[in-house]
Order: sequence, then C-alpha cells, then structure tokens
Amino acid sequence: MFDLSIVFSSVLNGLTMGAVYTLIALGLTLIYGVLHIINFAHGASLMVALYGVYFLKVKLGIDPYLALPIVVPSMFVLGYFLQKIIINHASHGKDENILLVTLGVSIVLENLALLSFNSDTRNIEIGYTLTTVAVGPAMIALPRLLSCLGALVVSLMLIIFMKKTDLGKAIRAVAKEKAGARLMGIDVEHVYAMCFGIGLSCLGAAACFLLPAFYVNPTVGNGFVLVAFTIVVLGGMGSFLGACVGGLLIGVIESVGGLFLGDSLGQVGIFVIFILVLLVRPQGLFGAKA
Amino acid sequence: MKSRRQFMSESAIAASSLAFPLVGGAQAKSVKVGIIHPVTGALAYSGQQCREGALMAIEDVNKAGGIKSLGGAKLEALLGDAQSTPQGGSAEVEKMNEAGVSAIVGAFASAICLATTQTAAKYNLPHIVDVGVADQIVERGLKNTFRFGPGYKKCAEIAVANLHVLNTAAGKPAKTIMIIHEESLFGTGTANLLTRELPGYGYDVKEVIKHPNPSRDFSNIVLRMKQINPDIVIPANYYNEYALLVRTMQQQKVVPKAIYSVLGGAASSYKFVKEYAEAANGIIDCNHWFNPKDKKAQELKKRAEAKGLYFSYELFMSYTATKLLAQAIEEAKSADRAAIIDALNKTKFSDHIMPYGQTQFVNGQNMGAQPLMTQVIKGDIKVIIPRDYREAEPIFPLNA
Amino acid sequence: MKDLKAIALFASVVACVPLFVHSGVILNLCMMALFATLLSQSWNILGGFGGQFSFGHALFFGMGAYTQGVLQIQFGLNPWVCLLLSLGSSALLGLLVGGLSFRYGLKGSYFALITLAFAEVFRILSLSTNLTGAGVGLMLPLSESMGNMQFSSREGFIWLILFWVVCALLITSWLKHSRLGAYLQAVRDNEDAAQALGVDPFQVKWIACALSASLMGVAGAFYLQVFQYIDPSLAFGPHTSISALVGAIVGGMGTLWGPILGAFALEILSEVTRNMFGQLPGINMVIYGSLLILIMVFLPRGFAGIRLFNRPKATDTAHPSGSIGVTAMGKEGEADPSTRDALRRQGSETPPSLNSTKVQS
Repeated sequence: MFDLSIVFSSVLNGLTMGAVYTLIALGLTLIYGVLHIINFAHGASLMVALYGVYFLKVKLGIDPYLALPIVVPSMFVLGYFLQKIIINHASHGKDENILLVTLGVSIVLENLALLSFNSDTRNIEIGYTLTTVAVGPAMIALPRLLSCLGALVVSLMLIIFMKKTDLGKAIRAVAKEKAGARLMGIDVEHVYAMCFGIGLSCLGAAACFLLPAFYVNPTVGNGFVLVAFTIVVLGGMGSFLGACVGGLLIGVIESVGGLFLGDSLGQVGIFVIFILVLLVRPQGLFGAKA
Repeated sequence: MKSRRQFMSESAIAASSLAFPLVGGAQAKSVKVGIIHPVTGALAYSGQQCREGALMAIEDVNKAGGIKSLGGAKLEALLGDAQSTPQGGSAEVEKMNEAGVSAIVGAFASAICLATTQTAAKYNLPHIVDVGVADQIVERGLKNTFRFGPGYKKCAEIAVANLHVLNTAAGKPAKTIMIIHEESLFGTGTANLLTRELPGYGYDVKEVIKHPNPSRDFSNIVLRMKQINPDIVIPANYYNEYALLVRTMQQQKVVPKAIYSVLGGAASSYKFVKEYAEAANGIIDCNHWFNPKDKKAQELKKRAEAKGLYFSYELFMSYTATKLLAQAIEEAKSADRAAIIDALNKTKFSDHIMPYGQTQFVNGQNMGAQPLMTQVIKGDIKVIIPRDYREAEPIFPLNA
Repeated sequence: MKDLKAIALFASVVACVPLFVHSGVILNLCMMALFATLLSQSWNILGGFGGQFSFGHALFFGMGAYTQGVLQIQFGLNPWVCLLLSLGSSALLGLLVGGLSFRYGLKGSYFALITLAFAEVFRILSLSTNLTGAGVGLMLPLSESMGNMQFSSREGFIWLILFWVVCALLITSWLKHSRLGAYLQAVRDNEDAAQALGVDPFQVKWIACALSASLMGVAGAFYLQVFQYIDPSLAFGPHTSISALVGAIVGGMGTLWGPILGAFALEILSEVTRNMFGQLPGINMVIYGSLLILIMVFLPRGFAGIRLFNRPKATDTAHPSGSIGVTAMGKEGEADPSTRDALRRQGSETPPSLNSTKVQS
C-alpha cells in the first residue's frame, strides 16, 4: 500500500510532533495531577507564550531557541500569579467553580490577544526553518528535530526536579495527601501556585520549540487542548514519564492513522484510544492505581 | 452624541439598552445600513477585513455626496458581530432590523450567511452577501438575498475549464491530480464539484484528501503526495492551512507540475506572497479578484495598504457589495426595503472594480460574476486568464 | 406542590411574552435564552443532581440534530415525528455511553473526559460520512408551515422550546421529590455510602444519563429547525458543551431554577456586552470572561445560592459538601445531612433491602 520509506517517515514525523505534544502535556499533567484541575486555560496560555516568543523575535530579534531563558521564567511568573490571585480565590476550592474560572481565564486571554494583536496569523522566518535533516529515507525539518531534543531535556529536568528537590517532594506530598502535607508544615497554597507556574513554564518551552514550525494567532491554542488531555490521561495523571511516552505514542498514532485513514478520519484514532484507555485502564500507562 | 440619542428614540425598548456602534455622521437624513461580520472567534481575521472593506465603501459614498437621489443622504453603518456562529449572525440581524436598517451587507462565511439571509427574509430586509460562496445561499428562493460575486459551482467550473485550456496549450503534460481540501462546507463542497467535473475533461483524480480545520501538520499529506506524485496539486483551504501545506511541500522538496488552487486561502493573498515568496512562486489560483486594469482598483489597494491592511478578497468583495447597495438605494430613490429589493433586481451596476460581465441578478445571483485566474510571478500576483484582464503570460507547467 | 405552581406560573408568563411583545430582538433573545436553558437543564440532571460532570454533552445535542436532519432529508419523515425520534435516538445514545462509562466505574474527571472524547469521535465520524453530509453539513429546505416545524416568526419556536423547558422543569422537580431523585443525589454525595444503603448507583446514574441525553437531543433537533443548518462542529463542538455546563453551574447546580437563572443571565450578559464597544472586537468577550470569573468569586453557589432566590430546604441539596466527583475518583467526605434526610423521607417505612437492585420510584 505505502512504501516502507513513507511509513517510516510518517512514524518519524509522528515522533517529532509527539515531542511537541509532550511538552504541552507535561505542564498539564502536573497541574492536573497535583491540583486536580481541568485547566481550560491551557491552550490560551500556550497562545500567550507563542506571542511572547513571536514578539521577542520580531521586536528584539531574539531567536526562539535563545529566548528560552526569557520565556520560561516569564510564563512561570504568569502561572504563579494566575493561580495564587485568580484561580485560588475565585474557586473557593470547589471543583466545578475552578472549571468555570479557568474557562473564564481562557476567554479573557484569547480575546485580550485579539484586541491587542488583532486576528492576523503571524509567522517568523528564520534561516533554518526550512532546512531538513535526512534520517534514513525521511527528511525531517530541523525545528522539529530540535523540539524532540527539547522535549527530552525538559522531561528529564522535570523528573529530576520532582525526585530530588525539596519543592518537588513537597509537590508530590501535596498531590498524594493534601491534609497530611499541610499538617507537616507545607504551605499548600504556595505549592499549588508553584505547580501552576511550572506547568505554564513547560508551555513556555513548548512555545519556543513550536513557533518556528508553526504560527500564532489568538485561537491557536484550541487545537492542542484535546490532544493534550488525551495524552495526560493515556500517560497517567501526574506522571511525567507517562506524558513523554503518551505524547510520542499519540504523535505516532495520529501520524500513521492520518497516513492510512486520511488526516481527518485519522484523528478518530486518538480519541478511540482515549476511550479505550479510560475504560480499560483509567490510570493510564504509568499512573498509580487510584 | 446626537446621533445615538436620535436612533435610540426610534428603536424598540430592548435596543435602547444595547447601544450600537455608529459610524458615519448621522444627519437629518441618513440611510442606515447593517454591516454584519464574524469579527470575533475563529473567523475574526476575515470578518475584520470584510468590515474594513464595507466601511471604506461607505466612506467613499459619503464623501462623493451620499445618495444623491435622496438629497445627499449619507449612509450610516451599524456594525454587528456575528461571533463566527450562525446564531450570532441571526441575532444581529434581529437587532439591525429593529434599529431600522434599510439593508444588510454580510456575513462572509457561508454557514453564517445561510442564517442571516433567512432571518432577514422574515422582514423582507434586503441582504447582500459579500463573499459566502455556497450555492445554497441563493438557491432557496429567498427574495431578499443577493450575491454579487460568484458561487463555488461557478468557480469550480471555470477553474476546471481553464486548467484544461492551460494544459492543452502546453501540450497536455499534466494528467494526474491530487485534491487537498479543508473538511468543512467550503472545502468539501469545492472538492465535490471538482471531482465531478475533472474526469469529464480527461483528468485522473488520483486522490482527494481532507484535512481538519485547523490543522497542525501536513507532513503526512505531503508524504502521500510524494508517493502518488501527482502532476497537479489542487488545494482548497483557508489561509493558515494553505500556508502550512505549501511550506511543508517546499521543505520536503515536492514540486508538482503546478499548484492549482480553487478558492485557495493563500494563493492569491498578498500577505502570503510577502511572507513566503519562495514557496508561493508559481502558484495558480482561481479566486475572487479585482480588475487589474482598473485604476480605481489600484487606488483602493494603495489606500488599504496605507491603512496597514492587506488588499485581500474579503476587503474588496465587501467593498464592492456595499457599493452595490449604495447604487441600489440611489436607483430606488428610497430607503424603503421593498424598493431596494426591486432596484437590486433591475440594476445594471457597473461602477465597480470587479472583472465581471454585465450585472444581472437572476434569483439573487449576479450572472455576470466570475472568478479570475491568477499566478504568483516574480513575487507579485498577476492575472493570467481571461485574456481581457491578462497581466502576464501563464507559466505552465512550472518546470518541464 | 409549590414547585408545580411555580412552574405553571413561569410557563404562563413566558408563553404570553410573544403575545404582547413584538420586538424581534426581544423575541429572539427569549428564544435563545430558553434554548440555552434547555441545554443547561439537561446537563443539570446528570451533572447537578447526579454529580456526573459531562464535558461532551454536545454528543447528545448533535445526535438529536443529525437524527432530525437525516430523517427529514434522506427519508422524508415529518419533522414532528422526527423530533420524537431524535429524543429517542439521543436517549439510546445516552444509555449506551452512560452504560459503558458507568459499567466501567468511571467517575469524576474521567467521566468528564470520556464524554468529551465521545463527542469528538462523533464529530469526526459525522465529518466523514455522506449520510450526515460530511463536511458540507445538512441544510433543511426552507418551507415554512406548522406541519413542517418551521415558523415564520419566533413565536412558534418560543412556544415549542418553552414546552420542552417546562418538561425539563417537571422532570427536574420530579427528581427533587421522588425516590429515584433522592437515590441519585445520594449517589452524587457519596456513592459508596449510598451503595451500602442499598442503592444501585449504576442504574440510577444510567437513567439520569438517558434522561439528560434525551432533552439534549430535543435541543439539537430544535436548533436545526430554527437555523436550518447543522454541521459537525456546530453539532458536536465544545461550544455547545460549554454552554450547557456554564449555564447550570452559574445558575446553581442541583436546583430547579438554577439553570434558568444561569442561562438567562448569561444570554443577556452576552447580548449586552456584544455591542457595548462594538468598534473593538473582542472586548465584549473579555468582559464576558471576566464577569464569569467574578460571578464565581462572589456567587460560588451560583445564582440559586443567593438567599433571595432560594431558601434552602431539607431536600434542596444545592451545595453538596465534599465530593463533586471532579477530584480523585471515589469517596471523600460524608453524606450530606440533607441527603440523609431525603433518603429517610422517601423510604421511611421499609428500609431499602441491602440486596435490592431494582429502584422503585
């Protein structure tokens, strides 16, 4: 049916796209796994980060990869304050309220972007965005290869962070047993805010890797939200390894599914998998059994 | 503002609490015109471009002295936001009706137009469709609906016929075709028509690929392209996806004999040509286009660019639709809705920048409307067919 | 009952609106608000009373809309017949999806996400099959008549949707006062405790899901009749799912009048903000979003939680304590005292048998 080289290229493309998905899902799994928040604002936050990277390039001439040290901390600050000031207070701790609050945040962010930057789709042109690297019979775009690398590095950093640092341990404690953690003297609100911050900074990193191969406009985030949730559930709530594996897996399924079923129908593969995982193994591949 | 108070006292109770943004100085006599577009939501960019076009037209009409047959009455625009949904557009029509508009211009997207024209029909409110290419819009027997530009059936027919002309002139180097379309109304409808027409001319449609809207990635599609190796690639999608597709093709070094779009989202877009000069080179499009030989068109283009806007089809289609309305009001000698509908049915509107034949509305469709074939040559968009409007010789195939 | 009187009053007042008001704007607003109400009411049955949050309620909406469309266009059936069939098909889908999800013990966020996934699957499938018109969608041919369920003015539609809103109100009121409803709320508050008391959670949730789905299906069919066009994203897209849950939560989940308050408030809010600063597109949505956040800050129990609107009664479980189910799967907190009350009131004489799997109501 298809040449083997085509299938191989498709798999590779899937892996590189999956790497970007992983970056997006990492932040979401942290937020979801610890705060148990379904963060409707995740897509809009990605959009904010993308605009950040865009303007850094266009106004200050900073290359997106070099912009990492600027974008990532900024997104962290944004996340921290979003949680501490808005979400925390608005939700009164009730889950359905958190839902609506994050929804409200996403509407506000999306339309503020529309107001400030208007609806134009914007791209950046860097010398190497069109370069391809030959991997076997496949030609992979350089930015995509770099995002693969980036995803790996970031995931590793996060895993080490969670295991080795005090904050990481505190986060894991709060995720497991909030009341107990509080009794041990952990400032739960602070941990929540830090988590949200870290979650959004992952998006910052994702944005730096995504923009060269993609574009930005106010509604760009919406296309990634569902896939991100699928990966979080597939990989297991709160598991970074799961987000990695899940991201890559979904990327490949989407790509190969798209190859054989057509890009539209191929999307079905993702959601069917999602449903099956939910039914058969809801804790995902690497999540702890509830 | 005097105008706001004035209109509020005229409107119904509800409308008084919903202030309308008014544009254009209202004087003792003015004709209210409703301008509805999806300026927020997924279609925001196109909606805003359309709105700008309509506003520029109203500005021009008013500057030239307004509606002379009504004693110089100025056109007053009431702006509405369809929020990129049919129900949003419909609600705006209701409001405009209540605010006493004489006609509506809008609403860019076919799905929204279906709803707005229908709601307007309840009040016999004339509705000029600026873009909305779905043929059903003018095939429902609604007396109030008028479309000046071509529908996609016309576009598809012309595109196919012209492809054949180009191909034959070049010695028939192309035979196999691959169609790539976006999955919703516009793309699917266009693809269906093309798939029906092309075999009749002897072409082999090897594959029709549908992609989501928005789409994140075209690598697979381009991979299939590599495998199938069609002579001609026909894309029918919106700007973002079109740009991604062409970029990916360039990246993967896939170069068909021609990229021949039908209502391509970026193919005849100055924005695209500017941002992706290399990838855009040589792309042929069958799309809405202005008359390149018309000086007024060039002036309008300059004015738009001076405002920082791209001179896109949304802008000049909407501009033209609004000018049409102004002409109809002029000819009707009245701001009365029925009179305007009557005038539209009879009008021979010719003071426009579009490359259309004689204006003649039959069942709401202007029979003179036609798309043009353009090609990106040396970083600029040039008309190649029909000969009357030709600016440059077509390059077909792109490379032997 | 007090509720029935209130419902009758509500119905008569709203039914009279088209008779006295002739402004197209107000009538349209009224119709859209009632439509949003039906969405929220149906979500409320499963989400507010049942505690099962669905993020993909559009699944049933789309099912109803497409059933209505396909049966009319491809099979030429009468729209009124189609409406009942749409109700049926969405109910069946509700049974299917609910059955699957609850049988596998999905709760909380997992249930929410699976409904989302189902909605997406259906969206993609409807995009790819010709029966549903694929990407082109379905267009109802224009032919206004009562027999065709196409009304030339909004009046007919208002009465039609009002009928179904009243049905939903009656069903909700029944849930508030019946044994099944009490079981449902008990399951919402603490499924394990309820099960220990002999309630069959699966059955109860399953029925609620079907009820909720059928109303949603009616709403879908209604949408098609009014706007005469449906496509996969309008049918199954997140926009509708979100409208449903926002209206219910803002208005007050698990209450009779909450969804109406919420839906009406949000519709009016959206209309008012839309044209406030029309020249700057997007600013109206910024205001809408901010107000949504503010409403959550100041009215955490929604509008129905305001003392003025609702004096909480023993059976009124507007704010179940502890688990809403969105947190970790399963148990947390104890049964809300008002639920215990409800259970006691309903099954006072004979305590429900520990082995009973049938729910008598």
